[in-house]
Amino acid sequence: MAVCVAVIAKENYPLYIRSTPTENQLKFHYTVHTSLDVVDEKISAMGKAVMDQRELYLGLLYPTEDYKVYGYVTNSKVKFVMVVDSSNTSLRDNEIRSMFRKLHNSYTDVMCNPFYNPGDPIQSRAFDNTVTSMMVPAC
Amino acid sequence: MSPTQWDFPVELCCRPMAFVTLTGLDVTFNAVHRAIWDAFCANRRADRVPISFKVLPGDHEYPKCRTKRTSYEWYIPKGILKTGWMNKHLNLVPALVVVFYELDWDEAQWKEKQSECATRVEIVRQSLQGRNTKVAVVLIQKKTPLPPGEDMIASERAAALCNACDLSGKSLFVLPHTDHLVGYIIRLENAFYEHAQTYYYTEIRRVKSHKEFLNKTTHQLLFVRHQFKIAFFSELKQDTQNALKNYRTAYNLVHELRSHETNMLEIKTMAGFINYKICRLCFQHNTPLDAIAQFRKHIDLCKKKIGSAELSFEHAAWMSKQFQAFGDLFDEAIKLGLTAIQTQNPGFYYQQAAYYAQERKQLAGHLCNHEASVAYPSPDPLETVNGVLDFYGQRAWRQGILSFDLSDPEKEKAGILALQLKEIEVIHSELIISLLSNAVAQFKKYKCPRMKSHLMVQMGEEYYHAKDYTKALKLLDYVMCDYRSERWWTLLTSILTTALKCAYLMAQLKDYITYSLELLGRASTLKEDQKSRIEKNLIKVLMNESPDPEPECDVTMVKTAQRLWADRVSLAGSNLFTIEVQEFVPFVQCKAKFLSPTFHVDSPVELHVYLRTDCPHPIRFSKLCIGFSNQEYNQFCVVEEQYHASEILEQSTQGTMCLVPGKTRKFTFKFVAKTEDVGKKIEISSVDLILGGDAGRCVILNWRGGGGDAASSQEAVQASRSFKRRPKLPENEVHWDSVAIQASTMIVSRVPKISVQLHHEPPALNNEMYCLKITIQSQETTVIRDVKITAGLKPGQDANLTQKTLVSLNGAELCDDSSPALLTDIPVGDLQPGGKIEMPLYICCGTEGTRIFLVYVSYLIETFVEDRQIICKCHKDETVTIETVFPFEVAVKFVSIKFEHLDRVYTDIPFLLMTDILSTSPWALTIKSSQLQLASSITSADQLESHVENIVLQTGESASECFCLQCPPVVSNQTGVATGCYVISWKRSSADNSVPVVNTMITLPHVMVETIPLHIRADLPSFGRVRESLPVKYHLQNKTSLVQDIEIAVEPSDAFMFSGLKMIRLQILPGTEQEMLYNFYPLMAGYQQLPSLNINLLRFPNFTSHLLKRFLPTHIFVKPQGRQAEEDSIEAA
Repeated sequence: MAVCVAVIAKENYPLYIRSTPTENQLKFHYTVHTSLDVVDEKISAMGKAVMDQRELYLGLLYPTEDYKVYGYVTNSKVKFVMVVDSSNTSLRDNEIRSMFRKLHNSYTDVMCNPFYNPGDPIQSRAFDNTVTSMMVPAC
Repeated sequence: MSPTQWDFPVELCCRPMAFVTLTGLDVTFNAVHRAIWDAFCANRRADRVPISFKVLPGDHEYPKCRTKRTSYEWYIPKGILKTGWMNKHLNLVPALVVVFYELDWDEAQWKEKQSECATRVEIVRQSLQGRNTKVAVVLIQKKTPLPPGEDMIASERAAALCNACDLSGKSLFVLPHTDHLVGYIIRLENAFYEHAQTYYYTEIRRVKSHKEFLNKTTHQLLFVRHQFKIAFFSELKQDTQNALKNYRTAYNLVHELRSHETNMLEIKTMAGFINYKICRLCFQHNTPLDAIAQFRKHIDLCKKKIGSAELSFEHAAWMSKQFQAFGDLFDEAIKLGLTAIQTQNPGFYYQQAAYYAQERKQLAGHLCNHEASVAYPSPDPLETVNGVLDFYGQRAWRQGILSFDLSDPEKEKAGILALQLKEIEVIHSELIISLLSNAVAQFKKYKCPRMKSHLMVQMGEEYYHAKDYTKALKLLDYVMCDYRSERWWTLLTSILTTALKCAYLMAQLKDYITYSLELLGRASTLKEDQKSRIEKNLIKVLMNESPDPEPECDVTMVKTAQRLWADRVSLAGSNLFTIEVQEFVPFVQCKAKFLSPTFHVDSPVELHVYLRTDCPHPIRFSKLCIGFSNQEYNQFCVVEEQYHASEILEQSTQGTMCLVPGKTRKFTFKFVAKTEDVGKKIEISSVDLILGGDAGRCVILNWRGGGGDAASSQEAVQASRSFKRRPKLPENEVHWDSVAIQASTMIVSRVPKISVQLHHEPPALNNEMYCLKITIQSQETTVIRDVKITAGLKPGQDANLTQKTLVSLNGAELCDDSSPALLTDIPVGDLQPGGKIEMPLYICCGTEGTRIFLVYVSYLIETFVEDRQIICKCHKDETVTIETVFPFEVAVKFVSIKFEHLDRVYTDIPFLLMTDILSTSPWALTIKSSQLQLASSITSADQLESHVENIVLQTGESASECFCLQCPPVVSNQTGVATGCYVISWKRSSADNSVPVVNTMITLPHVMVETIPLHIRADLPSFGRVRESLPVKYHLQNKTSLVQDIEIAVEPSDAFMFSGLKMIRLQILPGTEQEMLYNFYPLMAGYQQLPSLNINLLRFPNFTSHLLKRFLPTHIFVKPQGRQAEEDSIEAA
């Protein structure tokens, strides 16, 4: 289960960041922000390849001592970043993938809301619930 | 204990090389020996064998060898690895001792010398007793040796010397010091290297042989020690593959050791050493992934081995060192050609090292927080007998004690306290910052700008903790804009908060104000109470008071800061600050807009400035002024309000300069533009909003252009996308998002109130004086003055058009080439209200095509704007597109007298020139006259008078003329002869009489002239009648100066009978004519072929009768025989 989930706009500013309240939020903000270096690099490397049928899941961005950071980028260049505890070895790549897919679906629902203005911070209860279901329950 | 206790020992980090000592060399006084030594040690490139040489005296005492243990049964090791062991084998115990001795084969006193040499060898052997170290002898000789086998004395004496010294033949060398010294030395050292390898091989065997005596219970430490030694000897032997294998085994053995709090440090130290060696060798073997994998395994295994909780900072320090060392190795490998990638580069290891250094600092701060009264224990538990530990990683106060129980808890306590007190003295921040800056350098290299920024923030924060606020501020300020431009407001706020603390602690006024402005702004994610506190502080600063200290600041530093602030207060001057707010997100936003993108000069320029604040409390500004590109307008756009300093926070919202948070305030300005600025742009160059007043400090918030800040453009985009309905606001309030900046406006001239009309009859005809009637009528209410007209071809068209277009006001005569294409500033004078001017303009277009003509009327008028009289210049322009066409087409053809088409004419034979003028003008044309101007080569056969004078041609009508011409004999050429030209004088039928006639000259085509020797002409009636005689006379004319012999034959025709000479040969004299008479008798009615005349000129064989036939009729119409009555009527006719 994730310890931090973030949605980053095309222009690389945060649309949504949630992390486990037990830990230093600022640290996760920095982790997500720095991971964008790798996301950017991966996207630009992909730009050369075929654009249509590309894989949205970017895989493990980089491992730190304590966390693993995974990335996912939609066709409209909105990025999802998920931070998972390194000690959590039960999470397979496939599970991460399906979590991202779930997140993407939920994000699509947010976008479909006519009252949501693309580019604004996400303030949706449904999206919140989806994220909560993926997060490590706060104890 | 030095502060570098965590650093790896030098002997571990260096590349082990075989150790060889050279004795018997006097490098100070003997030049030869010096040269030999230099050849050994100088210029040791990578292609030379890896040996470290040392010069020692012959009687040097080598470390004593301990007596060999025969049994390990009762032996209990005291530690894993002795601290001196590596150094001993690198620098003290040689693999080979070389004895240099000067001796030539033909030495006179051979016996004596030989025994002296043997003694020297013996001395060396003595001091190496018990060791396997090899001994070799090098004889330094003056003479070049003879090839082997030739010098009998040499081989004999060499054998004797070997015997005397107890040496094998392989250990005796000869070194002639001749020209090729370096070459000999290289051969020598290769030989030494072989000896050294043999030595290390035997050493490895020796250590391995101990293994069988060991048992797993008591000798666990020895397993590690021996394995390490084997690996190290392998390295000395330059067998890196086996070294790596043995180090790996050693590494596994280390982790098999029973660990306890007491020996944890020793195990970790050794594990760290071996890991270092493994990683180093992996990088050396170019298998970086193995190195990384080994390192990860190492970290995973050791991460949790914290050891004593009271000394947990030691674990952090050790971890930090592990990462740093790996980062160094990685970096080293990259310098030697390894390529790293974005996600796997040394930066991550330095970053992690820094992270552990931070943890170390925290733990140290936590654990070593002793009272000042706690004294350093005495006697010093960290002191050892010789200043160093016996074994790596052991505690000074219980060296060699293997028991896990603490025999002396008091001593243990003192030791821990000593370590803790030592730890306080470590300057952690320095370590952290240097690691961070290493990481920054790496991330910069591997395209990680955000990671770099993050580390720089950490560096800044570390400097803040280290109380170096200047450096902290510099770093934080540097990265702030990155976070701001990427709009990570949470992170920006955190950085700003630290920066504000730094600015406060240094009492940096301008920085303090700048950071406050942004922390109060909408980008700040601070809580309302924090913002409120900052705003109050800001107001205090503005009133020239000291602000309250920032929370969580170091108490002692706050005291210093308060003193600094007090100094600032008392110090007058420099209380005016200009802050460029465009670069960040201040708490007050500004948008300035001209109400229209253009203003007429006779109406006032209107300008709105909108301000809005986001701070928690209402705030009062003292002045708002706007700067323009033309500074003369600045004076009109200033709002100022005098108030007393104490009122600054008063809740009165009546004052115009007091801004209530979240409410948009509009300021309206109006000014009259200067008439000189007509056609120019007026731009808002700056908006200055002044906070604070004369009494306290004064801050000028400066926006360049029409306002906006680092976040506003994105906000505008978002707002424009939004579908949300904006809530209704009271009448005079506006929505901030709905205001768009309009920073420039154009001053345009007053709208003219005149009409300009153009009358003309298009299209224009080529070369005619085309009349364009301009009618100007004033609709102004007052007199307009200085009316000027500029008329003609509109500039900016094809340059050829300018050449071929002439404009004139005088229509009575044709334009000449001096007339311009555009008449400028024709003065017309004044015009009364309602007055009207008409003016014809004549245009002469030399080529057909489309042209655009411009009529531009300008005038001056006096008018009033906002009670000010100004003289406005107004202008109106009209353009008209005029097509120019040819008025007519002229067709010319040459025909024979018989109106047959001619493609060439014959000398002296008359022909006709026919002209045909076809009017293509939509308007009626009057042809005044026409004239044929013949060239000299052509003469007219009769009078040349015009047949088309004063003819009016409507569209599509044509007028034809016919001239009979003759061509006298000329020397003809390829192109023929010029015939002259045809001039048509014409005008538009509708034009006045005064309008001149246009002469259009048409050049007639050239004609080919040919001379013929014989001309033949037939006289025959226009028709014949069946069965009635038809007399035909042929005239043959000799055109040459020769007598012509001619054969004539008449070919019979079915339609005719004929009488006359059927075949004749005759002569014609030059210039004379011969007549031939025939009587044809038609037999059939209809268009019948005449009997043809075949003429053959004997003198001109080329001249065929075919050509001559052109002059003769071929057919004739034969009427049938009519009745008598008809016949009579015909005869009557």
